[in-house]
Amino acid sequence: MYHFLFVPLTLGLSIIIAIMETVYVMTGRPIWRQMTKFWGSLFGINFVLGVATGITMEFQFGMNWSYYSHYVGDIFGAPLAIEGLMAFFLEATFVGLFFFGWDKLSRVGHLVVTWLVAVGSNFSALWILIANGWMQNPVGSQFNPMTMRMEMTSFFDVMFNEVAQAKFVHTVSAGYVTAAVFVLGVSAWYLLKDRHVELARRSIAVAASFGLASALSVVVLGDESGYSVTHSQKMKLAAIEAMWDTEPAPAAFTAFGFPDQEARETHYAIHIPFAMGLIGTRSLTQQIPGINELEQQAEERIRSGILAYDALMTLRSEKEAAPEAVKATFERHSADLGFALLLKRYIDDPREASEEQIVKAAYDTVPRVWPLFWAFRIMVGLGFAFIGVMAYFFYRASFCGMRFPRAALWLAVVTIPAPWIAAELGWFVAEYGRQPWTVDGVLPTALSVSHLSIGEVAFTLAGFVLFYSVLFIIEMGLMLKYIRKGPYFDVSETTAWMEERAARNPRSGTAAQPAE
Amino acid sequence: MILHQLIDFETLRVIWWGLLGVLLIGFALTDGFDMGVGALLPFVARTDVERRVAINTIGPVWEGNQVWFILGGGAIFAAWPPLYAVSFSGFYLAMFLVLAALILRPVAFTYRSKRIDPRWREAWDWALFVGGAVPALIFGVAVGNVLQGVPFRLTEDLMPLYEGSFIGLLNPFALLCGLTSVAMLVMHGGAWLSLKASGPVALRARRYGEGAALVAVAGYAFAGVWLAVGIDSFAFAGPVATDGPSNPLLSEVLHGGSWLNAYAERPWIAIAPLLGFAGALLAWAGLRAGREVSTLLASKLAIFGMISSVGLTMFPFILPSTVDPASSLTVWDSSSSHLTLFVMLVATVVFMPLILMYTAWMLGLFAAAIFAVMSAMWLEMQEDDLLFAKSGQTAKGKADDV
Repeated sequence: MYHFLFVPLTLGLSIIIAIMETVYVMTGRPIWRQMTKFWGSLFGINFVLGVATGITMEFQFGMNWSYYSHYVGDIFGAPLAIEGLMAFFLEATFVGLFFFGWDKLSRVGHLVVTWLVAVGSNFSALWILIANGWMQNPVGSQFNPMTMRMEMTSFFDVMFNEVAQAKFVHTVSAGYVTAAVFVLGVSAWYLLKDRHVELARRSIAVAASFGLASALSVVVLGDESGYSVTHSQKMKLAAIEAMWDTEPAPAAFTAFGFPDQEARETHYAIHIPFAMGLIGTRSLTQQIPGINELEQQAEERIRSGILAYDALMTLRSEKEAAPEAVKATFERHSADLGFALLLKRYIDDPREASEEQIVKAAYDTVPRVWPLFWAFRIMVGLGFAFIGVMAYFFYRASFCGMRFPRAALWLAVVTIPAPWIAAELGWFVAEYGRQPWTVDGVLPTALSVSHLSIGEVAFTLAGFVLFYSVLFIIEMGLMLKYIRKGPYFDVSETTAWMEERAARNPRSGTAAQPAE
Repeated sequence: MILHQLIDFETLRVIWWGLLGVLLIGFALTDGFDMGVGALLPFVARTDVERRVAINTIGPVWEGNQVWFILGGGAIFAAWPPLYAVSFSGFYLAMFLVLAALILRPVAFTYRSKRIDPRWREAWDWALFVGGAVPALIFGVAVGNVLQGVPFRLTEDLMPLYEGSFIGLLNPFALLCGLTSVAMLVMHGGAWLSLKASGPVALRARRYGEGAALVAVAGYAFAGVWLAVGIDSFAFAGPVATDGPSNPLLSEVLHGGSWLNAYAERPWIAIAPLLGFAGALLAWAGLRAGREVSTLLASKLAIFGMISSVGLTMFPFILPSTVDPASSLTVWDSSSSHLTLFVMLVATVVFMPLILMYTAWMLGLFAAAIFAVMSAMWLEMQEDDLLFAKSGQTAKGKADDV
C-alpha cells in the first residue's frame, strides 16, 4: 500500500518528462529542456522511494506468505522475475544516465534514454499486474496432486489474462492522471505566486492535454476492467453493487444507498434502471447473479471441493497405485478444491466438516459490502471529476490564450491529493473485494500466511510502518523544498532565450499574464 | 506447449541451480564492495571530506548493484518456490534486518549531505556502516546455518513450519561463517577503496584490507576444518528420480557423515576452495604491495571461490532440515515445474545479454573517467544543495531541514 503511494507518480511523470523532452528535441527551445530537468528532479526524489519500498515487496511474499509462495510460486514467481530482468535493470541503469548524461549524449541520444526510463517503469507495471491479475483470475494453471501446488500449464494464458490486461491499462492510465494532476497543480501554484510563469504555462498545456486523454481512458478502461470482473469475479461485482438478490436482466444500477449487511438490503437506494446490466454484461438479456445466489453456489462448490479433497488424500497416500475412479473424481472436482480449503479455518480435515461449518464457510465468501460499495463510488466519482478538471484546463490552455481564473488555479492546487485517494481506493476495491481469497477460488487468505508468532509479525509490521512513515515524511519535505526552490537548471540560457524572443516579438510579452 | 520438452527437466534444474549461484556471486562481487566500503567507513575515513571521498567511490554504482539482490529474490521465487517460502519465513527476523539495512542505505546516500550539522552526518554515516556490515554478517550467518541444516519441517500439505528461533541462528559455527563473510567483503571493499580513492583513505583502506584478507583466509580454513570434523552432512538414502515431481517429502534423506566426502566423489570441485585461498592470499599480497587493479581481481576470485565452494560441496542439497531430514530441499525436488523453468530460461537468455550490453555501453560512455566525472557531478550536486539549504533557511521555515 505504501509502495503504491509512490508508483503512480513515477509511472506518469516518466512519460510526461519524456514528452517534454521530445518537444525540446523537436523545437530546440531551451525552456523545454529546463522543464524536463525540473520535473525530472521531482521524479528522482519520488523514484528512489518507489525503489526502496519495492525491495520489500519482492521479499515479503516469502516472509509473510510462505504457504502462498509454495502454493502458487510456480506461476506467480515468473512474472516477478521477468519484471526484474526486463524492467528493473532498464530503469536503474538509465535513470542514472538521465541525470548524469546531459553532457555525454547527443540530444536524440538523451531523449532515447528518457523514453527508456519511461518504458522501463511501464514494463514493470505490466509484469506486476500480470502477476496480480492472475490472483484475481487464475488461468493457465492446474493443481498438481504430486507437488501439492498450482503449476503453470500455459504461460500465454497467464500473460494474456484478460483481467491482467484490463488492470494494466486501467492502472497505468490512473498513474498518468496522477502525474498530470500533480504537474497541473504545482504549475498552477507557480502561476498564483507569479513565479516561473513561462515554465508553468507550458507545463499546464502538457499536463492538461496528457491528463485529459488519460482521464478519459482511465474511465473507459475502468469500464473494461468492470466488464472482465463480471465473468471472473462475480462476488466482487455483486458486493460493489450491493446487489443482494439476482434481478431480472437487465439489472438496475444502484447509484446511492446504505448497504446493510445484516438485513441484506440496501436502504435509501437510488436505482438507475437497466444501467447495471448494460455495464456488466453489455447485453439486455444476460443476468448478473446477486450475493445470495452466489453464496448458494459457493456452498455447492464447497461440497464439490470436499470430494476433490477426499480424492486428493487417497491419491497422495496411494501415489501412482490409486484407482482410476479416484483419479477421475479428482479431475472432475479439482477446480473446487480451493473451496474445500475455506473450511480449514474451522477444521483441520475438511472431510469432517459439519453442515454448520459449510454454511459458515460459504458465508465467508461474502465480503463486507459497504466499504466496497462506497470506495468504488468515490473512485468513479473522482474519475469523472478528473475528466472535468482536465477538460476545462485543456480548453482554457488551447482556446483562451492560457489565461486561467485564480479560482480555477486554486482548484488545481487542492486537487493534487485526489488522484492518490482514487488510486488507493481502487487498490482497496481490487484487493479487499477479493477476500476471503488470496488467489480467487484457489487459495484462501487464512491459509496463505506463514506460521509466525504474533510478536514477530507485529514487530516487523510496526518496523516497516514506522520506517515508511519516516521516509514518506522525508519525501514530502524534499518535494516541497524542491517545488519551492523551482527550476534552477539552465537558468541563464533560458532567460537569454526568452529575452531574445521577447525582443523579436514584443506582443508575446502580453501573453505572459499569469491570471486574469 | 511442447516446446519446453526441448530441454529435459533434470538439465533445467541443474541450469537453474547454477544460475542461482551466478546471481548470488554476482551480487557479492558487485554489491559486495559497496557493503565493504560501508563497513570500513568509520575506520578509514575520519574527517567529513574523507568520508565524502570514500562514499563518492560507490555513489554512482551502488544502485545498479543492488538490482542483483532484487533479481536474486525474484529468481528464487520463480525457480525455487519452496526455497523462497521456507528460507524467508524461517529466517524471518534476520531477513527483516537485511531489508531494513538495505532500505536505510539508499536513503543515507541521498540524505547525508542535505544538512551541514555534523551530528546529522555522523548519524547517516553510522547508517551506512550498519547498511554495509549487517547484511554482510547476516548473509554469512545464513550460509553457516544452511551448512548445518535448519530446523524446519514440511507438513503433508507442504506447509513450511519453522521450529528454530532467531537466537538459535547465532550459533558458534554460523558466527564463524558470518565473521568470514564480513572479512571477505571488507577485503573486497578495501581493495576497491585502494583503487578508487586516494590519500589517507586509500592508505588506511589498504591496511584494513590486509588484515581482513588474513582473517578471511583463517576463518575460511577454520570453517573448513570444523565442517570436516564437527558438522554432519546430509545424503539421499537411496537413488532419486532427478526429474520427479517437486515434492521433498517423496525422498528419504539421511543425516550424518561428512560434507567433505563430496570431494572424494567429485574431486574436480576442489578447484573452488583452492581459488578461494589463492584469491584471498593474492589480494593480501596485492594490498601489501599496493598493486591496485590486480588486487581487486584477486579479491573477486576469492569471493567467487569461497561462495561456489559452499554450493558445490552441498550439491544436490540446497536447504537441509535438521528436525526432519526428509523435508530437506534439494535440486531434484524443490524447483518450479518444467514449463516454468523453461519459460524463465528463455526470458533470461533473451534479456541477460541485453542487460549486459546496455550496462557495458553506459560504462563505456563514461569510459575510464567514469568515477572522476560522476564524482565531480555528485559533489557539484551536493554543493548546490548546500547553497540552497543556506538560502532556504534564511528565507523560510523548517521543511528545508528535513
